[in-house]
Amino acid sequence: MKSRHKKLLVIVLALAGIGIAATLILNAFQSNLVFFFSPTQVANGEAPGDRAFRIGGLVERGSIKRDPDGLTVRFVVTDTAKSMNVVYKGILPDLFKEGKGVVAEGKLGSDGVFTSTQVLAKHDENYMPPEAAHALEQAQKAQKSLVK
Amino acid sequence: MIPELGHFALIVALLLALTQAILPLIGAQRGNLTLMSVARPAAQGQFVFVAIAFGCLAWSFLHNDFSVENVARNSFSQLPEIYRFTATWGSHEGSMLLWALILGFWTTSVSVFSRHLPDDMVARVIGIMGLISTGFLAFLLTTSNPFLRLLPAAADGRDMNPLLQDPGMVIHPPMLYMGYVGFSVAFAFAIAALLSGRLDAAWARWSRPWTTVAWAFLTLGIALGSWWAYNELGWGGWWFWDPTENASFMPWIAGTALIHSLAVTEKRGAFKAWTVLLALTAFSLSLLGTFLVRSGVLSSVHAFATDPARGAFILGFLVVVIGGSLALFAWRAPKMLTGGRFTWFSREALLLANNVVLLAALGSVLLGTLYPLLLDALGMGKISVGPPYFNAVFVPLMAPALFLMGVGPLARWKEASLPDMVSRLKWALAISVATGLLLPLTLKGFNPWAALGFTLSMWILLTVLIGFRERLKNSGRIGNLPRAFWGMQLAHLGLAWGVAGITLVANYQEERDVRMNVGDHTQLAGYTFTFQGTTERVGPNYRAAKGTVEVSRDGKKLFVLHPEKRVYNASGMPMTEAAIHPNFFRDVYVALGEPLDDQAKTWAVRLFHKPFINWLWIGALFMVAGGFLAASDRRYRIAVKATAPAGAAVQGA
Repeated sequence: MKSRHKKLLVIVLALAGIGIAATLILNAFQSNLVFFFSPTQVANGEAPGDRAFRIGGLVERGSIKRDPDGLTVRFVVTDTAKSMNVVYKGILPDLFKEGKGVVAEGKLGSDGVFTSTQVLAKHDENYMPPEAAHALEQAQKAQKSLVK
Repeated sequence: MIPELGHFALIVALLLALTQAILPLIGAQRGNLTLMSVARPAAQGQFVFVAIAFGCLAWSFLHNDFSVENVARNSFSQLPEIYRFTATWGSHEGSMLLWALILGFWTTSVSVFSRHLPDDMVARVIGIMGLISTGFLAFLLTTSNPFLRLLPAAADGRDMNPLLQDPGMVIHPPMLYMGYVGFSVAFAFAIAALLSGRLDAAWARWSRPWTTVAWAFLTLGIALGSWWAYNELGWGGWWFWDPTENASFMPWIAGTALIHSLAVTEKRGAFKAWTVLLALTAFSLSLLGTFLVRSGVLSSVHAFATDPARGAFILGFLVVVIGGSLALFAWRAPKMLTGGRFTWFSREALLLANNVVLLAALGSVLLGTLYPLLLDALGMGKISVGPPYFNAVFVPLMAPALFLMGVGPLARWKEASLPDMVSRLKWALAISVATGLLLPLTLKGFNPWAALGFTLSMWILLTVLIGFRERLKNSGRIGNLPRAFWGMQLAHLGLAWGVAGITLVANYQEERDVRMNVGDHTQLAGYTFTFQGTTERVGPNYRAAKGTVEVSRDGKKLFVLHPEKRVYNASGMPMTEAAIHPNFFRDVYVALGEPLDDQAKTWAVRLFHKPFINWLWIGALFMVAGGFLAASDRRYRIAVKATAPAGAAVQGA
C-alpha cells in the first residue's frame, strides 16, 4: 500500500471511530435526559406516563404521613397553584421539611401518585432548589395571568 | 486594623502583578534584559503581599472578628479552632483569595526553579502568570472583597456550613487548587512558546515536571473530595457525577492527556500543536471549573453566592483567556507543524489513540455538564443529566483507554511490530480474560461489567510487570531504572488498583434502609447489626443524638459503631454523621435516618456493606505518588543545558 493510501485509510478509520463515539454519546444522552415538570404541568397532563422525570415545589404543611412500616413516606408537593401526591420509600435527606423546597425524581402512576425513587438532598438551609423555585415562579405567573 | 492591612496588601499585590505582567512581556518582545529581570522580584513580591492578605484574613477568622462580614457569615465563636482556620477559604471570597495565593506560590516556584532557562522564556512565562494574577486580584478587589466591614459588628457568626466541618474538607480545596492553578504553568509555557516561536523539545521538557506535579495535586484533590463525599454526605456514594465534581474532573482528563502528549513531544518532537492545544485546554477547563463552582450557576454546596457581577466578571475573564489563547494558537501554530515521523502502529500512534479516547470522554462529560445549563440559560426548559448518562458513556469509553494503557508503554517508538507485540502480550491477555471470566463466578455469579473491570485491571497489572521485566533485562539492576519510569508504572498500577476497587464496590455492594427499634437485629452481607438506641451528646457547636449499633458475625461480637444525627446551634441545620468501620477488604457503614416515634426509640437506619471501597483511594494515592516520583526524575534537572541546542536543531529541521 502506498503511504498516501495508508494515510487516507487512517483518516477514514479515525472519522469512523469518532462518528461511532458521537452516535453512542448522543444516543445515551437522548435516552438518559431527565426532564423537569412543575405540579401545574403535571396536572395539565404535560408529563410523560412512561418515563422518569423530576418534579419540584414546596412540601405542603401537614402533608407528611408515614406508613406503618416506618420507611414509606407520603407527602404532597405543591407549586401553590396545583399539588400532587408523592410516595417515597427510604431515608429522606436531612433538609427535607414541611414548607420547604423539594425536588423528587420518579414516575407518575396511573392513579396520579408520583412514585419517587430519589428525593434530592440540598446542602444549605436557606437554599431553595432552583427547580423548586422555578415551579413556584411559573405558578405565580400563571395565577397573575388568570387574575387579569 | 488587621483587615484594612489585608485589604491594602491586596491592592499592593495587584499593582505588583501588573508590573510582573507588563514589563517582562515588553522586555521579552524587545530583547531588553533590564525589563525582563523585573519578572522574578515582582512575582516574589506579589506572592508575599497576597500571603500577607491571606494571613490577615486567617487572623480575623481565628480571632472571631465578627466586624468583618465574611467572618460573620462563615464562622462562629463555638467553632473549633481548626475549622475557624479552614473557614478562611470556606467562603467564595476566601476561596478566591486562596486561588490567588496558590497562583503566587506557583509563580514564585517558577521564578526559583528556572535558573537554567533562557531569560526571555522566563520573562514570558512569569509575565503571563502575572496577567492571570492581575485578573484574579482585580476580581477579588472589585466584586469579592473578603475584608468588607460589617457595621455594626455582628454579636456572633452564622457558622460554617456543617458539611464543611470535616478533616477531608480541611485539605481538599488547597490540594484541588494546587492542581487547577498548577496547570497555569503549563498554560504559560505554551503561550510563551507560541509568542517566541520556539515550540521545541526543550519547551516540552521544561513543562513536563510542572504539568505532572499539578496533575498529581489535582488527583489528590479529587480523591480527597470523593473521600469527603463518602464520609460526610451520609449517602454512601463516592462519586455522583455532580456538576461540581465534573468541574474538577474535566481538567483532570485534559491534564492526563497533556502529560502523555508532552511525553511524545519531548521524546520525538511530534504532536507539537496538539500538545499546545491540550495545555490551553487544561487550564481553560480549570478556569471553567472555577466559574461553574464559584459563580453560583450550579445548585450545590460549592455555589455560595448568586451575584451576577461576579458571574459576568469570571465569564468575561474566561472569554479573554480562552479566546485570546486560541487566537494566538491559530495565528502561530501552523508555522510550527513539523514533527517526527511515525507509523500507524508505534508508541506515538498508541498514545495518540489514547489521547483521542480521553478527549472523547472529556467531550461527553462537558456535554452532560453544560447542556442543562445552556438550556436553562436560553429558557428552553429544565432538564438534568444524571449518573445513568455518564455511566453509559464513560465506562465504554474508558475500556479501550485502559486496554491501550497496557500496550502503549511496551510498544517501540516510531515503528512497532504487531507480531512481536502479540507474542510478548499473548499470555497477559489470556490471563486477564480468564480472570475477568472466572473471578465474578467465585463472587456472586457472572456479570459482564464486573468481568470487564477485572479483565482490564488484571491487564494493566500484568503489562506493568512485563514492563519491569523487560527493562530489567536491558539495564540489569533495579536501582538503574529512572524515576520517571517508576513514576509511570506506579501511576498505572494505581489506576489498575482503583479500577479493581470501583468494579468490586459498584457490582457487589449491599445496602438496606431499615426501621430499627431498640434491641432489633438486622442481617446484611453476613453481619448482624443490633440497634441499642441513642443517647444525647453535646458537641462544641452542635447537639447530637448518638446511636449505638453493635455489629457481630456468627454470634461473635466484632465492633460497635456510633452514627450521629447532629443539629448545629447557629444554623439549626441537621446533619447525618455516618459511622464507618473500614479495613482493607470492606467498609461497614451505618447512618441514622430520622426518629420514627416521639421518644426517639425507633429510627430509620441505613446500612451499607462496601467491599474493597478503600482500594479506590489507595489507587489514587499510588497515582499521586507516581506523579511526584516522575516529576523528580534527574534528567529534568541536569540535562537541560545539553538539550537547548538540540531543541534548536529540531526547530531548524
